[in-house]
Amino acid sequence: MSTAVNHEPETPGSGATNDTLVSVEGIKVHFPIKRGVILDRTVGHVYAVDGVDLAVRRGETYGLVGESGCGKSTLGRAVLRLSEPTAGRVVFDGTDLSSLKGEGLRRMRRRMQMVFQDPMSSLDPRQSVESILVEGLRAHDLDKGREETGKRLRSLLSAVGLPNTSLRKYPHEFSGGQRQRIGIARALAVEPDLIIADEPVSALDVSVQAQVVNLLEDLQEEFGLTYLVIAHDLAVVRHISDRVGVMYLGGLVEEATSDDLYAEPLHPYTKALLSAIPVPDPLVEDRRERILLTGDLPSPANPPKGCRFHTRCPWKQETRCDTERPEMREVLPGHKVACHWAEDIRANRIQPHAVEAVLVEEDGISPDVPLVGPASVTEAMNP
Amino acid sequence: MPLLEVRDLTVVFERKGEKPFTAVDHVSFDVEPGQTVGLVGESGCGKSVTSLAIMGLLPRRGARVSGSVQYEGVNLLSLSDREMRDRRGRDLGMVFQDPLSSLNPVIPIGVQVTEVLERHQGMPRKKAMLEAAELLDKVGIPDPTRRLTEYPHQLSGGMRQRALIAIALACRPRLLIADEPTTALDVTIQAQILALLKELVRDLGTALVMITHDLGVVAGLCDEVNVLYGGRVVEKAHRHDLFAAPRHPYTHGLLASIPRLDAPRGEKLNPIRGSVADNIPWAEGCAFAPRCPNKLDVCVQVTPEQEDIGAGRLLRCHNPVQPPVSEEVSV
Repeated sequence: MSTAVNHEPETPGSGATNDTLVSVEGIKVHFPIKRGVILDRTVGHVYAVDGVDLAVRRGETYGLVGESGCGKSTLGRAVLRLSEPTAGRVVFDGTDLSSLKGEGLRRMRRRMQMVFQDPMSSLDPRQSVESILVEGLRAHDLDKGREETGKRLRSLLSAVGLPNTSLRKYPHEFSGGQRQRIGIARALAVEPDLIIADEPVSALDVSVQAQVVNLLEDLQEEFGLTYLVIAHDLAVVRHISDRVGVMYLGGLVEEATSDDLYAEPLHPYTKALLSAIPVPDPLVEDRRERILLTGDLPSPANPPKGCRFHTRCPWKQETRCDTERPEMREVLPGHKVACHWAEDIRANRIQPHAVEAVLVEEDGISPDVPLVGPASVTEAMNP
Repeated sequence: MPLLEVRDLTVVFERKGEKPFTAVDHVSFDVEPGQTVGLVGESGCGKSVTSLAIMGLLPRRGARVSGSVQYEGVNLLSLSDREMRDRRGRDLGMVFQDPLSSLNPVIPIGVQVTEVLERHQGMPRKKAMLEAAELLDKVGIPDPTRRLTEYPHQLSGGMRQRALIAIALACRPRLLIADEPTTALDVTIQAQILALLKELVRDLGTALVMITHDLGVVAGLCDEVNVLYGGRVVEKAHRHDLFAAPRHPYTHGLLASIPRLDAPRGEKLNPIRGSVADNIPWAEGCAFAPRCPNKLDVCVQVTPEQEDIGAGRLLRCHNPVQPPVSEEVSV
């Protein structure tokens, strides 16, 4: 966003400089797939997040994009330790979160808040707006007497653009956009440094989305917030983010400033993703060439060997792609990509070719396991 | 003669002890053979109810449908349930938003595809199975013979939507209604499905009514676009005219509020004020007036009528957005 400070590109690696607020180092979140009633044996894992490094700088907006099932939401939850990471660590403002437990973690959570996707199901229908907002204040000893709290609540409401009369109302009395404003006010109430917004506008109508996007931008300016925005809508992410990370099947495949990424995507998946987004302009639509991917996202329980994208990649090469998993490396200044052939693709030394669609097996664990299992990561998480 | 002629289609939902709710209010549009027509609007604008009314899928009780829907000269609304059943799937195909809930979970895909062929064309089971395999192949499902024996949960979202399209097109209907066919899918899969629909419409000469909230989808696919707000068509135009110079403040506002991938970044978005109201007060003025930046006094007193503003464009507004001064793109 416009307020963000422009920093020099960091040195490669996870150099946690002073202006890094959150750094995620080699984080993995694997969910066990369990079968059997009595034995309850683990027959495999869903590799929801499988080795991600990223750093979010103070005051910036980091956008995380990817399609459903790529692990972006799980990554967001793992940063807040709402999902326990299997490996790796999250350093928040110099403190390793994995070393924290109980009270220490709870206190730390004041500084990192979350805005959820569905404003209806993330607000308690039986709590008034006042009680929703006060709950966080009380939990973190920020409730300093009736008068001051009242003042604070009113300023919160005006910050998110809701009338003062909202305090006594209940969530069902508001429209979708207003409910999302309540969710944002709840996150703001405890004066956090970091807000993780998981699909903050995707449940809203098009004409209301812009209101919430603008609100998020204004609040960042006013309170100096740092955002990690998780979304599948690349147009929205591009609009609000300073830097963007693209995820595919549990790993980051590309990371760059928002302008660079959209001007020159280097990873074949990012290219395809960008070309797939419809633009509301018939002249552009008639002209542009689409890179149509064949097939579907492979199952995260049985990810392909080597590069995760090689089964669908139109630029796949004979060597390395199916054997060696590419690391994130800096190809242009501040522009990292996980592809063995990024330079050759960029210089047009490799041409795209047709790809045979590969059947995606819903159950790719082992043939002797009965075909009833978690259909999605969410299901695996909440059995 | 148009293939489908919708005139003054009105749907009122009635419930005992409640005020009747007008979901669709005098909607009229034509679909020429082989043409793709878009119905665009936000949730609650009546676009899905319009499609259900055309297909005769609204319950007889509770929903009062009036107006006329002429399909090749026959008013579909006057047909009996039985006659309508003969037409659905044969003359009119439909693809719904959520492929999982519109396929039967306990019946194999093959049976669901052959059902249409057996019912409408009297095809024997064996022949229908072969035909079904061909259909699945045509919509891009790999290994179709095996897929015929599988159940919907064994297919991915994109494959399910392809299967649904195969079912809808099995009898080569002359009209296909697609209600948000890509909303539940990821963008890369959406691009696949849209390309498929485009190709099928071109090859089979099927007319397509595309119902969506996504202006980007409309821009690439539809010949004619109808923009709905509060149950009425507020603007109708060819896609090139509509996107080059939206005249209704609602269309204009929608286009201005979407962040675009191909535009320079960093500008603030221009949202439309407020949100869609639940009630539709078209009777006393313009339903969009409370949110409209161009509102005049007359807007809240007199209901705007639909006017022909030339070049096949219709507009329902007292104070439309002026077209840009630069030479207009006309295609």
